[in-house]
Amino acid sequence: MILIVDMNFRKDSLGFHEFVLPIVNAVKNLDDYAVRHYSELGQEDLTRYSSIILSGTALKDHASLNEPDEFTWILDCKVPVLGICAGMQTIALANGARLTKCLGIGMTEITTTAPNPLFSSTFKAYALHNFSVQPSPAFAVLAKSGKCVQAIKHKQKNIYGVLFHPEVRNREIIQRFIRAFRVTE
Amino acid sequence: MKLGVLFSGGKDSTFALHMAAEKEEVACLITLLSKNVESYMFHTPNIHITTLQAEAMNLPIIQKTTEGKPEHELEDLKEAISEAVKAYRIEGVVSGAIDSVYQSERIQRVCNQLDVWCVNPLWKRNQKEHLEEIVAKGYEVIVSGVFAYPLDETWLGKPLDPELIRALLDLQDKFGVSPSGEGGEIETTVLDASLFKKRIEIVESEVCAKGNSGILRIKKARLIPK
Repeated sequence: MILIVDMNFRKDSLGFHEFVLPIVNAVKNLDDYAVRHYSELGQEDLTRYSSIILSGTALKDHASLNEPDEFTWILDCKVPVLGICAGMQTIALANGARLTKCLGIGMTEITTTAPNPLFSSTFKAYALHNFSVQPSPAFAVLAKSGKCVQAIKHKQKNIYGVLFHPEVRNREIIQRFIRAFRVTE
Repeated sequence: MKLGVLFSGGKDSTFALHMAAEKEEVACLITLLSKNVESYMFHTPNIHITTLQAEAMNLPIIQKTTEGKPEHELEDLKEAISEAVKAYRIEGVVSGAIDSVYQSERIQRVCNQLDVWCVNPLWKRNQKEHLEEIVAKGYEVIVSGVFAYPLDETWLGKPLDPELIRALLDLQDKFGVSPSGEGGEIETTVLDASLFKKRIEIVESEVCAKGNSGILRIKKARLIPK
């Protein structure tokens, strides 16, 4: 079962419809899923699910970034994690990275910089971010767009982050993430 | 959170308004009156009816005329939102965008420049389910504009109901028409909805159509009890 984490500032906000339901629609035919707000997560969530996806948020929603204590579980998480936009920023912050100002709105050309199971070569994706990340040494950069780091992966764990929003025009990336770890994990 | 809703009087912005009002405080409507009937950004058929719709919902409305020239119209949008921020202290803007990256990214940019929230509660909705939900909620919606093959004047004035949804889905299968008109293929006008205290009655209208392009122009309308 997949866990989709609602990263919006409040449970059941309007952002749920904009940033969480499109992810639900991308995965619902692949596996069972559950949706929980980040403020509701407990230790049991680290092992109960086969994979975890952290949603994005509105440009002005920095709630999850301002509550790093809510995400210390990422450090110990044994199941694959995919963070989208604010989800990626949160993963990076939990692992000692820092945010860098980097505005991106609209369709953006993404260039793959390291082989990975989620995407390859150059492709276009929908961006909606005010910040990118300067990843810690524990992470490899998988993709860039101009000045922005667009995707990262933990060097030892199956923890991925994408700054762009694959649920908008690149659903197959989310589906590859689910398929890549559905059987083996 | 106090929100202003980008309101065209069509089904999507009205439904987005409904969703926003369920979770936050809707302080005003914001309408761009575009002189360019081919605008990719703003709905144009019967945009003047937004005045009556606002009255039906007891909501204040800010209306701003725009020439509708690509990109320049965004400056007019920015001014209208700025006015709403000053007049109603809105903290964010709601749009009815479903799948149009063109519209969405431009509204996002304007909101970002003004440092207000941009909220898109219909974003990436399944269009069939979206249309069905509008009907299930008892909205009275008519087709007020058609702008793509094989649509023609026979569609104008038709109510959004299960039969029309089936026909639109059929067009999607055969011709790739977006069922909710995200590509501007079809425009609608809402005559009644859950937030309306009164409904709109069309007193006089005319069809202006040529080939696969046409509008049902509402010349005279009034509010009547529901």
